[in-house]
Amino acid sequence: MLAALGITSVDALFADIPDALRATPLDLPPPEPELQLAARLRGLAARNRTDLVSFLGAGVYRHWSPPAVDQLLLRGEWYTAYTPYQPEISQGTLQSIYEYESLMAELVAMDVVSASHYDGAAATAEAALMTCRATRRERVLISRGVHPHYRETTATYMAGGLELEEIPLVLEGDAAGTTDLAALEAMLADTERPVAGVIAANPDFLGLLEPMPRMAELAHAAGALFVAVIEPVSLAVLAPPGEYGADIAAGEGQPLGIAPQYGGPYLGILASTDALVRQIPGRLVGMTTDLDGQRAFVMTMRAREQDIRRDKAASNICTNQALLALAASIYLAIIGPHGLRDVAANGAARAAELEAALADIGVERLHPGAYLNEFAIRVADAPVVHRRLLDRGVLAGLVLAEAMPDEPSVADGLLVCATEVTTSEDVARFAEVLAEVLAGRPPVAVEAGAGGMR
Amino acid sequence: MSVTGTRLQPTIFERGRPGRGGGKIPHPPKDALDRLPADARRVTPPALPELSEGEAVRHYVNLSQLNYAIDTGFYPLGSCTMKFNPKLNEWAARLRGFAELHPMAPDETAQGTLQLLWELEQALAEISGMRAVTLQPAAGAQGELTGILMIRAYHRARGDTERTEVLVPDSSHGTNPATASMAGYATITIPSAPDGGVDIERFRAALGPRTAAVMITNPSTLGLFESRIGELLKAVHAAGALAYMDGANLNAILGRFKPGEAGFDVMHFNVHKTFSTPHGGGGPGAGPVGVGERLLPYLPEPRVMRTDDGAFRVERTGERPTSIGRMRSFVGNTGVLVRAYAYIRAHGASGLREVSDDAVLAANYLKHRVAGAYDLPYDRPCKHEFVASASSIKHATGVRTLDIAKRLIDHGYHPPTIYFPLIVDEGMLIEPTETESKETLDDFADVLIAIAAEAISDPDMVKSAPHSAPVRRLDEAKAARQPNLRWRPMTGAQTPCPD
Repeated sequence: MLAALGITSVDALFADIPDALRATPLDLPPPEPELQLAARLRGLAARNRTDLVSFLGAGVYRHWSPPAVDQLLLRGEWYTAYTPYQPEISQGTLQSIYEYESLMAELVAMDVVSASHYDGAAATAEAALMTCRATRRERVLISRGVHPHYRETTATYMAGGLELEEIPLVLEGDAAGTTDLAALEAMLADTERPVAGVIAANPDFLGLLEPMPRMAELAHAAGALFVAVIEPVSLAVLAPPGEYGADIAAGEGQPLGIAPQYGGPYLGILASTDALVRQIPGRLVGMTTDLDGQRAFVMTMRAREQDIRRDKAASNICTNQALLALAASIYLAIIGPHGLRDVAANGAARAAELEAALADIGVERLHPGAYLNEFAIRVADAPVVHRRLLDRGVLAGLVLAEAMPDEPSVADGLLVCATEVTTSEDVARFAEVLAEVLAGRPPVAVEAGAGGMR
Repeated sequence: MSVTGTRLQPTIFERGRPGRGGGKIPHPPKDALDRLPADARRVTPPALPELSEGEAVRHYVNLSQLNYAIDTGFYPLGSCTMKFNPKLNEWAARLRGFAELHPMAPDETAQGTLQLLWELEQALAEISGMRAVTLQPAAGAQGELTGILMIRAYHRARGDTERTEVLVPDSSHGTNPATASMAGYATITIPSAPDGGVDIERFRAALGPRTAAVMITNPSTLGLFESRIGELLKAVHAAGALAYMDGANLNAILGRFKPGEAGFDVMHFNVHKTFSTPHGGGGPGAGPVGVGERLLPYLPEPRVMRTDDGAFRVERTGERPTSIGRMRSFVGNTGVLVRAYAYIRAHGASGLREVSDDAVLAANYLKHRVAGAYDLPYDRPCKHEFVASASSIKHATGVRTLDIAKRLIDHGYHPPTIYFPLIVDEGMLIEPTETESKETLDDFADVLIAIAAEAISDPDMVKSAPHSAPVRRLDEAKAARQPNLRWRPMTGAQTPCPD
């Protein structure tokens, strides 16, 4: 190739980089042959502890993913394909996205589902921006019952000149831990600063069921849109956003067959009513025909997207999470509607078993309200207890004081969850070890520095 | 013969039959849901299809065969860096210790992953010449937003609130102006110079007290290195603005040019381009961002930290009040980053430099091969990609770039990126990458030349291509005019099933 170009060194092709701008030599290790690299990677993976008896959920849930899901994803035709801009040779990806949009639309009971966003947090942030575009208002209310990471992400996305306010949680009584409806009403009543959207999660971050229909009504009465943050497996048994009048649904698709992987790649779900279809960001795939009238699929309504509209686009999103949308679709196809209901119901049953086992050792829930498969328990010195359980091989959920430091009402809380992969033995082990730890205190100061949680 | 399978498939909904499937999850106790309040329960069950596992597997295998992919063929796709995705990386990401680790697991139980992430940050900082790197952004576009929001925070912290504009060249990716809008800035588009480069004089004229940032892709989306970038960066900083580098074209300059050393303040990496993580049919990616000294305080949270005793930990919320905050949940697309880490370790310093050497050589060779058959509007040595144009062919025969792209499908190739950048008439942006053999490049060049000849001998045949794909050109107008964005299981779709 050098000879064809009439040069003797590839350096000639870099002559356009001025001397003053040439890089200093790369200070990186030498190349590593596959055999050694595999050992290095195996060694790093082995330093992570995935052998714990875990009750940690908090937005990411362990479920049984039938091996068929991952084996199908490993087909090179799926994971090494590019974005389907050339529909004639991308019908596999395009049809799979159309099917994802359709399956998810069934689950959330809404009209339009985007081809995917980065994760639940980014989807929630995009939903907030959507409400501002659609209403031409600039103020969004988000419940403190929404996952703290989603709230923080939404705040970051709105830093370009929009306003985000948090709706407090009820502190005591039957509704403790859910969104304070009186506070919401008062915030909506400020007509000087009209609200574009109200965002709440069901179940909320603390696992509690929220009065979604009432919040939708209040939002609509004030001319605002209502955004439901959902967990997809729960929608097999809980009322979906479309049944209580939500305008937009956002959520994390990880529970649909996707491994925890320390944070991603996951699947941001974003859905809306037909009325908002021109405001929804991200790719959409539609059904059409080819020149011969054959049914086929294509990316459509592209005038919302950055490569066409540039600074007028609905969002800057380009790369999405297509492969994870495929994973969720395959999971749904294989687990089926009855299987999905069983997943949700088993989680609920295991969680009730966990609640009963903990009650037997004198550990109570922090809130009285209904929950599906995750709830907070009251444990004094929660960080210390959590740490001691960890030493005994039990990951006792999430220390709420660390995850929600600005919410004193949950300072003594551990957030625990169960799913269909939780066993009765796991539950018994947790209760046994927790009883030991609680009996064996005196409390000690929490170790400072490393080893804490976020 | 078609380059993909040709059997169109019914939808998953059409394949379903009541009562099929099951056997995956034990039946729950009958009273499992009794404690849920009635008004919280779902009224109408979702109409999801029911299939046996065998039928579902066949559906997805058959569908996959309708796709073109890197594993099946060459993608000369400019600006996208479609290189081979090493299989070791897929294996690594699936190791139980990586795959099953919960993102809120205590730091002490996540030391392997945290070490990997920390080392990856160091490697990316070294590659880019930047002071520090965040791995949080989920994709390049989110990296851009991260960078521009940091720039915004930087100006605000200095009490400099009058800066409302972001300058981008007209050859930029659409994500650049879209990002500026999302961050609350107005985009000022600067036309390119006649040689395809950044027009330094026009940029200089547009710079001022209202300029927050300049976003530059280098090498540009024409595949050309901006030789006067040093001058431009000085002017940007003299105006009190900061310089963002879109790292989409990093595959051309590994070991040759470090944006941080040259004076860029911030850049993103597309690990699914430069560092070979698979594109997945549109995603996932990861878009780490490197910053220089000025933006260090504003990096999103959480960062991965190394403590004095050599252990690793994740920064706590609110620990660094100057941070712009979170861009997404948890630490980042860790599973993607494991693959990028493996790629960087496999190549090492010498291997990464070789990547760019070979990518640039391949692009120049291919350009040389198609010269004569196609117009080359910027005929000087390119970096990892080049723009060819079918402008003369169109004037002579009526055959457009779109037609040539579709005809490539009949010859077994994925088309290049077409009509981008928008400034080139009938443009096609061609990027071969370093992972293709000379034989592949020669065959592809032969085909492109043959199509130029077909445009003269049989223009109608080229205009109606593809002829051997599973479907012909699609009615995109109909798709947009009468959107059918979901299957309605109760009513079926308007168009009958193919079989």
